Amino acid sequence: MIEATLGSLGRPVLQAIAAVGRVALFATAILSHILRPPFYFRELGSSLLQIGWYSLPVVGLTAIFTGGALALQIYAGGSRFNAESVVPSIVAIGMTRELGPVLGGLMVAARVASSIAAEIGTMKVTEQIDALVTLSTNPLKYLAVPRVLAATLSMPVLVAVGDAIGIMGGWLVGITRLDFNSAAYLKNTVDFLEAWDIGSGLVKGAVFGFIVALMGCYHGMNSARGAQGVGAATKAAVVSASVLILAANYILTEVFFSS
Amino acid sequence: MIELSQVQKRFGENRVLQGVNLTIGSGTSMVIIGGSGTGKSVLLKCILGLVHPDSGTITLDGQDVTKADRDAFLARFGMLFQGGALFDSLRVWENVAFRLVRGANALPKAQAREIAIEKLRRVGLKPATADLFPAELSGGMQKRVGLARAIAAEPEIIFFDEPTTGLDPIMAGVINDLIREIVTEMGATAMTITHDMSSVRAIADNVAMLHGGVIRWTGPVSELDATPDPYVQQFIHGRAEGPIESVR
Repeated sequence: MIEATLGSLGRPVLQAIAAVGRVALFATAILSHILRPPFYFRELGSSLLQIGWYSLPVVGLTAIFTGGALALQIYAGGSRFNAESVVPSIVAIGMTRELGPVLGGLMVAARVASSIAAEIGTMKVTEQIDALVTLSTNPLKYLAVPRVLAATLSMPVLVAVGDAIGIMGGWLVGITRLDFNSAAYLKNTVDFLEAWDIGSGLVKGAVFGFIVALMGCYHGMNSARGAQGVGAATKAAVVSASVLILAANYILTEVFFSS
Repeated sequence: MIELSQVQKRFGENRVLQGVNLTIGSGTSMVIIGGSGTGKSVLLKCILGLVHPDSGTITLDGQDVTKADRDAFLARFGMLFQGGALFDSLRVWENVAFRLVRGANALPKAQAREIAIEKLRRVGLKPATADLFPAELSGGMQKRVGLARAIAAEPEIIFFDEPTTGLDPIMAGVINDLIREIVTEMGATAMTITHDMSSVRAIADNVAMLHGGVIRWTGPVSELDATPDPYVQQFIHGRAEGPIESVR
């Protein structure tokens, strides 16, 4: 009885540890291939376009509404102790340090991790990955490395654009709904924002981009057979990328700002 | 020459290959027959190194395939996959020329495209097909493109995995004839897995039947009909009654 109970508790723990180990080995293999030839520049360019350029609308829309809502919330909260004037600075700090990278990362996870996992998973079940091997091409190098590199490089740019649009969203709400003076709002934003507020968000963006593409590729490469297998891989990619982004965000925030 | 000795492979409790012994002579066309799920594709993937056998040895011209230089080893092979396995994101000519534009002996794009168009013509496709994407082709055309890709680099050994599955009888006949012609013309060693008896008769020099994880019978195609082996007889005549259990 006790043995069975302990077994049922221990099995998922061992499975989780094994999964962490597999992902770590997969990530190490990708990193080890980044600087070794052959380099697939065409695939990298295509991935930059798919992951970076085509994610701009969704990241921009997320940022503008988040910035606007943030301004309203800070104004409502600040008015309880006559601190309405902090809206511009808190919007800017909130967007650059937290909401820009985290919400941008989650939106990109939903859009990109799912599409990578579905694409690679379909390639696996239709034997396209086996075909790559028979054509003397390493699937990890050809499929995963360009995607991971593209996501890691393009996420900071998406975060920077998202930060700017989010701050503009706050500014727009500030001057149209909260009676802020436009020039004063912008001056406040610039005066209180520090370089590291922006820099830390960009570093987070790069880490989140790596996580998103890594999870997409890992689950795609390990997809089970059939439509159900690809569907499960896609779901697992989005869920694991989202959870890992939130966990990594806490760890990075602790490292960057705990002192 | 490809030689398999006591090759075994299991997936969990399922012992798919239980000691396969088989020899495929250079320049000959071997067809492996057997029911669905008997391990024909696994056997083929073991030779290519896509699946690692649990035990046994596989040699190519006397050299253990697991110890061979991987790139040099794979450069000797071409393979036609069951579903074509064409890369969706690449145009037809890029699929055919995939190997030609990569690696140490990569050709310039224009030259690779010329060769791809020539190979497409060889399998009966017009040059206009070259710029289409695989999704724009019919099943038979996809098989032909897969065949063109398999022969593009003029390999010494070509594997065909269920080359006629899913095709109508006329298209199946066309693909069978193409395979026979190309293998003869290139002098290549061919290994085909199929359960289509018309393919067997069109393609094979030798036939091996895989059943129960072992090679049940092997011999020249001319002796296939005369063999008294009840498993082979049941299979080639498609009888429900016999030693091979059928699930109803």
